[in-house]
Amino acid sequence: MALVNEEYGFFIDPQRCIGCRACVGACAECGTHRGRSMIHLDEMDRLASTQTAPTVCMHCEDPICAQVCPADAIKRTEDGVVHSSQKPRCIGCQNCELSCPFGVPIVLSGLEQMLKCDLCYDRTSEGHKPMCATVCPSQALLYAPKAQIEGLRKNKPLREFTIGTLQVKTRNAVMVPDDEAPLHLDAALLISGGF
Amino acid sequence: MSQLPNSLDELRRAFGPHLNLAPPGGWQADSVPDKLVKTHCCFCGQQCGIQLKVKDNQVIGFEPWEEFPFNKGKLCPKGVKRYLQGNHPDRLTKALLRDEHGFAESDWETAMARTAAKIQEIQAKHGPHSFAVLSGVSMSNEKSYLTGKFARLGLGTRNLDYNGRLCMVSAGAGNKRAFGVDRAANPWSDIEGTDLIWVQGSNVAECSPITTDYIWRARDKGARLIVVDPRITPIARTADLVLPLKPGSDCALNNGVLHLLHKWGLIDWAFVKERTNGFEQALEAVKDCTPEWTSELTGLPVAAIEQAARWWGEAKSSMLLHARGIEHQSKGADNVSSCINMVLATGRIGRPFCGYGTITGQGNGQGGREHGHKCDQLPGNRDIENPEHRAHICKVWNCTDEELPRKGITAQEIMNAIHAGEIKGLMLLCFNPVVSLPNTDFTREALSKLEFMVGMDFFLSESMQYADVVLPSALQEEDEGTTTSAEGRVIKINKAVDCPGDARPDWQIMVELAKRLGKGRFFDHFDSSRSIFEELRKASSGGTADYGGITYEKIEQNMGVFWPCPTEDHPGTPRLFEGGKFFHPDGKAKFYPTPWRPAMEVVDADYPVWLTTGRVVFHYLSGTQTRRIGFLVEQCPHPYLEIHPRLAERYGIAEGDPVEIESRRGAMVLPAKVVTTIRPDTVFIPYHWTSKLAANQLTARHLDPVSKIPEYKVSAVRIRKTTPDRYSPELAELQRMAYEARSNQPDIPEQVF
Repeated sequence: MALVNEEYGFFIDPQRCIGCRACVGACAECGTHRGRSMIHLDEMDRLASTQTAPTVCMHCEDPICAQVCPADAIKRTEDGVVHSSQKPRCIGCQNCELSCPFGVPIVLSGLEQMLKCDLCYDRTSEGHKPMCATVCPSQALLYAPKAQIEGLRKNKPLREFTIGTLQVKTRNAVMVPDDEAPLHLDAALLISGGF
Repeated sequence: MSQLPNSLDELRRAFGPHLNLAPPGGWQADSVPDKLVKTHCCFCGQQCGIQLKVKDNQVIGFEPWEEFPFNKGKLCPKGVKRYLQGNHPDRLTKALLRDEHGFAESDWETAMARTAAKIQEIQAKHGPHSFAVLSGVSMSNEKSYLTGKFARLGLGTRNLDYNGRLCMVSAGAGNKRAFGVDRAANPWSDIEGTDLIWVQGSNVAECSPITTDYIWRARDKGARLIVVDPRITPIARTADLVLPLKPGSDCALNNGVLHLLHKWGLIDWAFVKERTNGFEQALEAVKDCTPEWTSELTGLPVAAIEQAARWWGEAKSSMLLHARGIEHQSKGADNVSSCINMVLATGRIGRPFCGYGTITGQGNGQGGREHGHKCDQLPGNRDIENPEHRAHICKVWNCTDEELPRKGITAQEIMNAIHAGEIKGLMLLCFNPVVSLPNTDFTREALSKLEFMVGMDFFLSESMQYADVVLPSALQEEDEGTTTSAEGRVIKINKAVDCPGDARPDWQIMVELAKRLGKGRFFDHFDSSRSIFEELRKASSGGTADYGGITYEKIEQNMGVFWPCPTEDHPGTPRLFEGGKFFHPDGKAKFYPTPWRPAMEVVDADYPVWLTTGRVVFHYLSGTQTRRIGFLVEQCPHPYLEIHPRLAERYGIAEGDPVEIESRRGAMVLPAKVVTTIRPDTVFIPYHWTSKLAANQLTARHLDPVSKIPEYKVSAVRIRKTTPDRYSPELAELQRMAYEARSNQPDIPEQVF
């Protein structure tokens, strides 16, 4: 049974991320990717915190990358998945790369095509979860039925973002902790005796 | 003589580490496999299930194994890229013999004949115990078992020990004296339903990444998380309570907690009275451990200590997990006991969601420490000095008591004896002491003094460079067998591909060598891993680690079997101690008093900064495998110095500055990584590298008197800012390799989608 449908959601929870880059490494191993990863993983500010965050395509409802594409090469299918640019149409202009509010698409010079996360279409269409969400050791990347998320997680899914003047609605969700969630950043503040 | 034959540069050119960057044939090669082989990752004690993609007798990639219950397809980056250790340019495929020019490839017969002759020559001249074996527990249960038998009956030496001496022995000692058995008390599924998780000295996110998801699933159901570690590790960042204690003060904290549990009336007296012994003595040892005393020793605020004790005391259910952070100390076993005392005092063990466990580090750190791989142990976790235990093994092995050597010395003590000239010959397998033992210079000096050393390995590790004969052995995926995971789950490793060239499984090499040494009668019947396992079952039967009822078929049918499993109709034992039944003869658990004592080395005016060492998520142990995999080297090419900005400021150190770190053993220069996530009085260095980049140049050969584990986690150092010209050239070489990995973008395919 295909796992890419309205029932299943992709949930990204940076609070859990341990920065191990298993997602980055596994994405590159995915059948059609041939050594290229479509995931970015960033250290936020290593001086201040071990916080890291993975970025996968958010699969916007009205994708900006597609809006700005002069060649109409970027398509969103009915299941809500936004795909890499269609090779015959793509002119490699990088509009999509420059305009994506999440910094997802990569246009490869030489290839002249935009590549991005397509929610592992080859895997999800055959009943598997996307590769990154399968391997992620902390399940900061989670692929699960949307209806189950409240029972699975304390954090709340967020699918609407305001970025500058843009209002963006996305298929994938970012999990947001409540304001009370503990956060420890500086060991000097947790010890006695001062230093 | 085992002097290094060439310069380190020449050795590196010939034997690596070089990087494997892509699957066989490159990224554009046909990636449709001939078959998928269900097996387990070779890196770390979690032993995640994985499927290896095999094509034309080569491993070309992996596919998650979502049905395996422990990890359900999850993998860390080491697991994702583990397949790249195969088809590797550095792989040893022929025997190597030392000559005056370095290493020369040899035919198998010559290498084996020379090895047997030298062993006999040394033992004839200096006695049987002058030849030692140092082995490791990244090997299967079968290989570990056979190594123990080969050392005792093939070589007749008592001097066999293993690299678990640097890993699991403090936990083993603490567990045995408390419970009479050495295994995590609970299956990991118990973590999910518990109310309170106490993690002490375990960088869970980096060293046992899959466990993070278990902890989060519990937290999503409302569990609290307390993390005790000098660093705010990734799992600690969001914990409910973080206790960044001074290195080496774990036992003080736990004593302080036990003191408060008693003071506040939070002891489970019914459990303590009915199911344990020795509580009075344990209490006596902590009677002066007030919060103020604890605060003074640990460097933690009184309020935090009280909060931790309150939460621990009042929890309905709890899991306490620890790892090398508390165990790699000269009081490692006592630290473990101090944790167990907290568990026993509250009676929360032996029922669902209540328990305790050490998070085993090495691939087969659990199984490899049970079946006679240690200097004082026989299979089934039996005691080599116990007459009944000896009699059982003599019967299984068909040998006399006189033929079975007695207790030998431990890993570091073997290296000390080599250095002192008391041990003249060494067989080394699955162990890289040049990287992993403390005081690197001492280890190199010791290996240089050997009359003869034979090594078995798949890559020429830094330690194998000292060998006179190197015999190429098998990768984990080139043989079948079993391992036992951190949970105590015995699982099946399946063969995916054949050994290349003359390489062969370690057990075959030992069986052949035993025949050449005239001891074939003890080994002739071994023709497969399965035949070794069948004997292991009998040898372990009746011991605490009882595998008697486990078969290869049963493991595969049940996705693993938890020991003890005495008979074939026994389902195995996922949770130990149910109904408060422990493994001591009286069925009770035992408190072990843990009076405070400081680390063997403490900071002073000359060496004013604490040093602690550990792992990163991208590398495994001494790095023999992971320093050869492109993606992993790209993520973390070389060690660095983690230092708090307040400490850095005192020394005028900024991010990326070269810093000289010096201890009483040695000095090294590393770039500074300035982070607020470490105590300001402590610095941290990851330990996976060699030579001038080895953290163990700085650590001391201070051993726990009980477990004989070295005190890797506590040293005193001094630091100063220095100039970039002081960097070892190796650092630049590793940065070049990381660049090579990063810039080695795969060929542009004609059509991607």
